[in-house]
Amino acid sequence: MTKFELSEKPLQADELKDSLRDPAAGGFVSFEGWVRNENEGRTVHRLEYEAYPAMAEKEGQRIVSEAIERFGLTRALCVHRVGGLEIGDMAVWVGTSSPHRGEAFEACRFIIDQIKVSVPIWKKEHYTDGDSGWVNCERCAEHGHEHAAHHAHGPGTPAKQ
Amino acid sequence: MKTLHIEYYALLREQAGVKQQTVQSETRTPAELYSQLAAKHGFSLGTEQLRAVVNEEFVNWDRQLNDGDRVVFIPPVAGG
Repeated sequence: MTKFELSEKPLQADELKDSLRDPAAGGFVSFEGWVRNENEGRTVHRLEYEAYPAMAEKEGQRIVSEAIERFGLTRALCVHRVGGLEIGDMAVWVGTSSPHRGEAFEACRFIIDQIKVSVPIWKKEHYTDGDSGWVNCERCAEHGHEHAAHHAHGPGTPAKQ
Repeated sequence: MKTLHIEYYALLREQAGVKQQTVQSETRTPAELYSQLAAKHGFSLGTEQLRAVVNEEFVNWDRQLNDGDRVVFIPPVAGG
């Protein structure tokens, strides 16, 4: 059974929840990530998610499979949107079912935290001022330049301010 | 000389101006290949900010590249 999917279409939470029903499950927890209208002080108008499909699915499956084993889940699934999204749209859905509630809560948190740090999915924000940028890439690119410039100088050579 | 297939995503795709390309290269490792491509395309990200993927496996930057390898450089991710 698939445990991680990318979707170009809006996510249907009820259908996703029903896919985790199981006679052995006594509890179900879900997390929905929604598109927010603000990031780091800038007003976001809309955004785009882009994925490297083969690796995103591979990493996603690995994470959800690890959660199932680690927390003894009955079932688990994560679905992530790709393409253009508007404010309020659901960007990601994570669901876990387990015999008891504790494992479902913990595993749901584990899955979304891991998805955010290691699955090859990128987010481009479009701001109301007309600017746009890839989250986690534009600022770190600036830092990278500073970093590279710093390293380009040999010992004893003062870095440019 | 090796034939290498490269795919670009997100910021690197925009900076390269193409989604994929095939290059003839004598570079021996993903690190050398990225350095060559960064000089050509003016990439703003350094290898310390990226991860390298060869044939759909995360690899070390000093892994040996072989003829026909499919190489992807992964910018900082932002899913969720």
